[in-house]
Amino acid sequence: MKKEILEPFNISDNNFEQCVKCTICTVYCPVLEVNPDYPGPKQSGPDGERLRLKDPNFFDESLKLCLNCKRCEIACPHGVKIGDIIQMARIKHSKKKPIVRDMILANTDIVGTMASTFAPIVNPIVALKPVRRIMDGVLKIDHNRIFPKYAGMRFETWYRKYAEKKQSDFKKHLSYFHGCYVNYNFPQLGKDLIKIMNAAGYGVHLLEKEKCCGVALISNGLIKQATKQAKHNVEAFKKSIVDKKMPVISTSSTCIFTIRDEYPHLLGVKNEEIRDESELATRFLFRLIDSGKLKLVFKDSYKKRIAYHTPCHMEKLGWSIYSTTLLKMIPGVDFMALESRCCGIAGTYGFKKENYETSQGVGKPLFDQIDNSDADFVSTDCETCKWQVEMSTTKKVEHPISILAEALDVEATMKLWQDK
Amino acid sequence: MKFDNIIIGGGLSGLTCGIKLAEQGRKCAIVSSGQSAIHFFSGSFDLLSKVDGQEVKNPFEGMKSLASNHPYQCVGLDNIKRLADEAPKLLDRAGLTFSGQADQNHFVLTPMGVMKPTWLTIDDFTRFEQNDAFPWKKAVILNFSGFLDFHTLFVQDGLKKFKVDTQIKNFAMKEFDAIRRNPSEMRSTNIAKVFDQGEDALNEFAQKVNELSEGFEVVILPAVFGLFNKNVAAELKAKVNKPVVLLPALPPSTPGIRSQILLRKRFEELGGTYFLGDNVETGTIENNKLLAIHTNNHGDIKLEADQFVLASGSFYSKGIVATREKLYEPILGLDIDGDVDSKKWLDEKFFNDQPYMHYGVKTDSKFRALINGKPIENLYVAGSVLGGANALKEGSGAGISLLTSLHVAEELLK
Repeated sequence: MKKEILEPFNISDNNFEQCVKCTICTVYCPVLEVNPDYPGPKQSGPDGERLRLKDPNFFDESLKLCLNCKRCEIACPHGVKIGDIIQMARIKHSKKKPIVRDMILANTDIVGTMASTFAPIVNPIVALKPVRRIMDGVLKIDHNRIFPKYAGMRFETWYRKYAEKKQSDFKKHLSYFHGCYVNYNFPQLGKDLIKIMNAAGYGVHLLEKEKCCGVALISNGLIKQATKQAKHNVEAFKKSIVDKKMPVISTSSTCIFTIRDEYPHLLGVKNEEIRDESELATRFLFRLIDSGKLKLVFKDSYKKRIAYHTPCHMEKLGWSIYSTTLLKMIPGVDFMALESRCCGIAGTYGFKKENYETSQGVGKPLFDQIDNSDADFVSTDCETCKWQVEMSTTKKVEHPISILAEALDVEATMKLWQDK
Repeated sequence: MKFDNIIIGGGLSGLTCGIKLAEQGRKCAIVSSGQSAIHFFSGSFDLLSKVDGQEVKNPFEGMKSLASNHPYQCVGLDNIKRLADEAPKLLDRAGLTFSGQADQNHFVLTPMGVMKPTWLTIDDFTRFEQNDAFPWKKAVILNFSGFLDFHTLFVQDGLKKFKVDTQIKNFAMKEFDAIRRNPSEMRSTNIAKVFDQGEDALNEFAQKVNELSEGFEVVILPAVFGLFNKNVAAELKAKVNKPVVLLPALPPSTPGIRSQILLRKRFEELGGTYFLGDNVETGTIENNKLLAIHTNNHGDIKLEADQFVLASGSFYSKGIVATREKLYEPILGLDIDGDVDSKKWLDEKFFNDQPYMHYGVKTDSKFRALINGKPIENLYVAGSVLGGANALKEGSGAGISLLTSLHVAEELLK
């Protein structure tokens, strides 16, 4: 018998009709657990959708309390896109206009450009307690939050100056979507990525012009701008993937999740031509190693106990196994997995004064696990999880790519394919 | 990605099979499309409760009259006896304490107030040895104000038949004011989370129970204790100065979710990999062998294994699917045991033994799946995706899931 494909009739795009009201999603909602003002994923999602279809006035502004962690979707036995339903409802029906604070938080690239230009001035100022008090009072950015430091030299500038030339020495090539965090705050991660990919025999290139993936614009209701940037990025990805046959990799699980799934689901921006070859660096490396095309050699001297935290969007992608398998390949790594739970920051969500308590409440079980562990540090694939864990626990956080870069024996790795 | 064994389906069947294989050192993965039916767990596993509408005292005796294509018959009654002894031990190693005997059903009080025969009951609940009596004469039935998932009147009506003098009392606690604001979220798991979080709420609650139950011999409560913290139900019983009988509330089930969490944890501690929220889209079959499966999340990175187990559940879990015209197995298009003629699927009388309930994936005598009548050498089938039984009529669903999985695991370990 030929394989059949299940094609239900008359099902809407976000398939809310397939909800059987089992309530399993609400069990795994991290917000509901700490903030009963949130109506919960079932009520906000498929249940509310029925009402909103009848009359948009049924829209409830409390839906903004959703973190968009998608843990409801992972739990759903019937594959209902609960998180998408909630986000779409906000996009369609929310009457709340973004405030100045939301614009500042959402425009990571504009703010990043300005802040990194004046990094030596900006960094100490935004870290000052009185300044944080003012930001809290005027902008409603919680005073407990400390902004990630801005880098003096942007990653793109560094790349053009020091790395670009060498990339043509390689036979194989790929593009790197670095995202705002690597560009403005933490160029070292981008440098680490180039180190590993070069060692693996790949030249690393930047896209013609990448724009912020737009995740923060979406969550702050700046949809028009998000859609514009999404279209721009899809075209930039096409130039690499379709025209030059160069896959695009990223080091940010949220950027890549947004580009692969939120573009078509929430913004209606088609991405079929680029989706399969837009992925995380750890997945790209895993595939090469798994299929026997690459072997990484590690230094014996690297010895660490590492606790891995699965970011929500990594959980949704199902990809944490790639990062954790790579970490476990390092002989000196003593690996432990933290129970997969939301850290509570959800990008810009936790920076907002009104969400601070919920954010820390959601993250508490994870923070306790981390503080009670004997790990040297935590590893995770998401930059905002990193900020949250570093702000809320005693441990530092490193990206798996940075760990691999530190442990990698570059010469020995290169020798393996150069000799062939 | 290469494993020794991959199991499609992460419910009771998939997890049982996975734990047994992992305990024997196999490198296993489970792919589960979402959370499983264990979330609806009543607290008891049935082995065989009814045959031809008659209640069964000794399930092993009852099995003798089951049809030859029934999963128990296919496993073999001697094997069933052995595996029925093994199942509670496996659960126990996962931290789940059950009691009961496979050769003699005991009874549990249902939330409808009826005594129901069953095999294994988790320690939250009370085991009764008789179905025609209730050990206490004066009972208080307590419920949380605003909690709509526990129907006290049914319980009261049921207990009348046992000549029990009952009184229903509702009470409120400030800890629940917040969740009560939203009636759709006043659910058993949200109540359980409050008790999970600290001892204060439980102490206050126990004190209230002691006050309200003065003059009664026994306290009846909905089972909303211990979601992520498994000791809460036992702590409550220790703090209340009378026997406490917990009854299941409407799903999601608190003891069920705890069971799912502990089974998965056991599997992962044994080195197993559990992929949650991923769908197996298709597989590569060559020379009657399944080489790899392809999932939605992993795309071109295929999951390979020496042997596979299909434990994808029945219609509800989409392990088999019926459209208006046809029945099919959606992942690999395996042979189905069921009527081709859709008119024969249903019996007009709703409460009759419905033919479609017996449908499932066809197997050979070694529980291997078939395509066009030919076995796939390394693809085994376990749990409710197997046909041959009406689990609802027989009270055999959990037994079939647990025992066919253990049997299939033994086949894989040969």
